[in-house]
Amino acid sequence: MKIMYYPGCTLKSNAKNFEDSTLCSLKELGVEVEELRRWNCCGTVYSLAADDLIHHLASIRNLIRVKEAQADTVMTLCAMCYNTLKRVNERVKADPESLAKIHKFMDEEKISYQGDVRVRHLLEILRDDITFAVVATKVSRPLKNLKVASYYGCLLVRPKEIGLDDLENPTVLENLFVSLGAHAVDFPYKTECCAAYQTVDKPDTVAERTYHILTSARDRGAEVVAVSCPLCAFNLDHRQKETARKFPEFKKMPILYFTQLMALALGCGEKDLRLDLHYVDPKPLLQEKGFV
Amino acid sequence: MRTTVSKRKIRDRFVQKVEELSGQKLLACYQCGKCSAGCPAVSQMDILPNQVIRFAQLGLKEDLLESKSVWVCASCYTCNVRCPKGIKIAEVMEAVRQVLLRKRCDHVEVQKLSAEEKAGVPAIALISNFRKFTS
Repeated sequence: MKIMYYPGCTLKSNAKNFEDSTLCSLKELGVEVEELRRWNCCGTVYSLAADDLIHHLASIRNLIRVKEAQADTVMTLCAMCYNTLKRVNERVKADPESLAKIHKFMDEEKISYQGDVRVRHLLEILRDDITFAVVATKVSRPLKNLKVASYYGCLLVRPKEIGLDDLENPTVLENLFVSLGAHAVDFPYKTECCAAYQTVDKPDTVAERTYHILTSARDRGAEVVAVSCPLCAFNLDHRQKETARKFPEFKKMPILYFTQLMALALGCGEKDLRLDLHYVDPKPLLQEKGFV
Repeated sequence: MRTTVSKRKIRDRFVQKVEELSGQKLLACYQCGKCSAGCPAVSQMDILPNQVIRFAQLGLKEDLLESKSVWVCASCYTCNVRCPKGIKIAEVMEAVRQVLLRKRCDHVEVQKLSAEEKAGVPAIALISNFRKFTS
């Protein structure tokens, strides 16, 4: 099995731990990954204004790169890239008039894109193609006694036509963790917004959301919260500094990408986890459990 | 607070603009309040999400353009997916932001952010913030 992979900006810097752990996991699962050539930013957010077509170009160009590589599917890891690329794709598929206008801005492109690339998230590939039953057979270091709460945030599940699971009660991450031998903890804040990009101009708002989200997970018994978006990861992990300052009783907790936990279970080494990129050090917990 | 409702305001070009930019029929909203009940940002809003729609229906342009609410909304789409009438409230919020941004009224002034503020957050945060809050 071979997959075309679109990383996006943050996977190459702050979220290198997300990328490295994914690539190691997929290697252990026998999946060949090829990084898309000449990829560019997806736009990060889908343009909501009806007449704003120019901002869809960034996504369309990436989909053209997929066609140029003679592929029909592209895999994303970042929830924001997944949402933006997929939503732009659905928009132009349903609206040929807009697509024609967009093409006029890109007359140097050799391929006239027709909306025929499938945008898929790694979680869909794990669940639907590889299947969790097969993942379970490849586990060499079961995540025994590890209590993990899965945080989905917004863009993996909303809007409905884009989301990869039930929009009010997604369970795909929990099902993955059970197959990895962990104890999946359910909590009511798993699809509550972390305040996203407000982290730039309103870090205090993010600190408040982080407090409510992580306290809820802890109250349900979680020892670690797993995420799948580099912006959620930054807000829930790095903004714990501001959270602790604002709420003195707040207890810090480690945040990991779901792929870091999967990589651990599949036998990847510590170098593939890049634990140095975290604000709250996850190492003491992983050592206590005997995983590293 | 005294609010005056008039045909003139309701027929204002602003109402039409919001409908065009958002692609929504504002009068489809019957004010059930489901959007406000589930909004995670509601505690910081001066006008609740259902009121944003109501104000837009009535053409209360100044109140909307001066409200904090549209800048507190992070387009998480919780309101959109729960609206029993299928109205995309997040798109209406975006339309109000766009009316201001298209007149170069930026919410975030990039040059006023310190080097630490910019270096302290990942690229994904900066790009999405500037896409939403600057012209």
